[in-house]
Amino acid sequence: MSGDYKSVSRVRARPRLLRILKSDWQLYVILSVPLIWLIIFCYVPMGGIVVAFQNYNIRRGIFRSDWVGLRYIKMFVNSPNFLQLIGNTLSLSVYSLLVGFPMPIILAIALNECRFASIKKTVQTLTYLPYFISTVVLISIMSQIFHLRFGVFNVLRNSLGMESVDIMGKASLFRHLYVWSGIWQGMGFEAVLYIAALTNISTEIKEAAIIDGANRFQCMINVDLPGILPTIIIMLILSVGNLMSVGFEKAYLMQNPGNLRQSELISTYIYKLGLEQAQYSFSTAVSLFNSATNFVLILTCNLIVRKLGGSGLW
Amino acid sequence: MVKKSRRRFEIADVSYLTVVWLIIIISSLMVLLPILHVLAASFSSSEAVIRGVYLWPRDFCLDGYTAVFQNSKVLRGFVNSVLYTVIGTAFNVVMTICAAYPLARNKLHGRKTIMMLFVFTMLFSGGMIPTYLVVHRLKLVDTFWSMIFPTAINVYLMIIARTFFENTIPNDLYEAAHIDGANDFQLFLYIAIPLSKAICAVLALRYAVQHWNDYYQAVLYIRSDGRQPLQIVLRNIMLATNIDIDSMSAMDVEQYAKLKQLSYLLKYSLIVISTIPMLVLYPFIQKYFIHGVMIGAIKG
Repeated sequence: MSGDYKSVSRVRARPRLLRILKSDWQLYVILSVPLIWLIIFCYVPMGGIVVAFQNYNIRRGIFRSDWVGLRYIKMFVNSPNFLQLIGNTLSLSVYSLLVGFPMPIILAIALNECRFASIKKTVQTLTYLPYFISTVVLISIMSQIFHLRFGVFNVLRNSLGMESVDIMGKASLFRHLYVWSGIWQGMGFEAVLYIAALTNISTEIKEAAIIDGANRFQCMINVDLPGILPTIIIMLILSVGNLMSVGFEKAYLMQNPGNLRQSELISTYIYKLGLEQAQYSFSTAVSLFNSATNFVLILTCNLIVRKLGGSGLW
Repeated sequence: MVKKSRRRFEIADVSYLTVVWLIIIISSLMVLLPILHVLAASFSSSEAVIRGVYLWPRDFCLDGYTAVFQNSKVLRGFVNSVLYTVIGTAFNVVMTICAAYPLARNKLHGRKTIMMLFVFTMLFSGGMIPTYLVVHRLKLVDTFWSMIFPTAINVYLMIIARTFFENTIPNDLYEAAHIDGANDFQLFLYIAIPLSKAICAVLALRYAVQHWNDYYQAVLYIRSDGRQPLQIVLRNIMLATNIDIDSMSAMDVEQYAKLKQLSYLLKYSLIVISTIPMLVLYPFIQKYFIHGVMIGAIKG
């Protein structure tokens, strides 16, 4: 503010704090419970990451466990499954991103071209529905349909004279099942955002393009796509930021001895180490390695977008 | 010349529209077929299901559903899931509104800093084990509250709620009420909350779906059978390929095969039952869900 304010700021420091408290204390009271929650359930666990550098003992707690430095991080990097875990996680997430990311955009553009409002609405409602189905139910449906003996897929194959295939138990099919069931579940939901962005594009630009002789395809490429590009970029950065954090739940639910070679991901490994074998420190070290990589990925991606002239996330 | 190019455009339009319609039809079928199949199978008899039920029930009967409701674990799981969903959602909405409202008031000092504290948790978190250790320390493991407290606020939804408050309640309104002598508590109770029914609906629906479908929290924190939600019960039944050994020794091969078929049918019915609550809500949910996405989109 003004110059003389600065010179007396020391003197005024206390009154200023008091003034803030006097005017805002009721808001702080309302905010206090969420803030306490945030500290206990988000920031204390962040501090708890230090167990990655300790030989953590649950009886002794964080303050009395022995420090071991980078031992567990090194142990993970040198462990025989390090490359396999990283490879499985990355190839699954890159595959999801490459195939799963464009799908909702394609669906949104197709629905946007549909001139029958009732059909558009029905299809939107329908494709949106699987989003409400839980992961457990999704995997259950898959294992019912692809059941080795009774599943409708194999019954159909048998009636056509083909042999039964154990779809769920094949390592080579795990990624396809994972990614395509994800598309099945999320496509309609993610399309909503793009449909919203598409309806915001002014019809005047489109009319001008048609007068200039563009056909509908050219309209889509030159008007619609650039119009939703900012939304696409934001969604892309968010997805890249999630590359390493492939959901634990779905992969864990889909795991069976047959596909473990490809379905063991960093997140499922963390769970097994930490909760099934109670190796808290090692597990946390693996998870720290994972989220650090993730953080770097999202920062890099944001930086690239900003260098290319986009607005980025921040 | 002009006529010729006009024709070419039409052909391009037709082929483009064909692709558009193909995409619409394929994606609708892709969603519809598995759902129809599950419904059809759940209403068939166990013999028919083994022989193959496609999109329409064969030998219509309710065997699957009777078998499901005779299972005490399923009933217990259903009740537990309802409790987790109702109590959890109420808690979520209150916490989220209590965080969103003050952060939407631009008179609040330090609002940006506090907001940053919330947003940072979206980018970086302690992870599974440190969070588990905190819950363990608080002696919450294997209690009802371990399903409620760790997920009390979804920061993304909190931002949506905050944006809603910022956009729907103008600052002038607060100031006018303030001049009339209302304090911040009164502004919150008598102005903000009555005007926030729409956002409360959005939040409640989204949190409810999250709770009902939750598996992660339960697999981390819940140990005892009596507290398991329906998703875990469903999972355990899906994994149980064989029936209890005890009851098996007493029966012959034919009976065993019959039970096995019934257990396959039962899974279909259980899938339907554990999804029904969400699907019944769906028509109501959908409007508000899309509404919620839109509010978020404005922010983006």
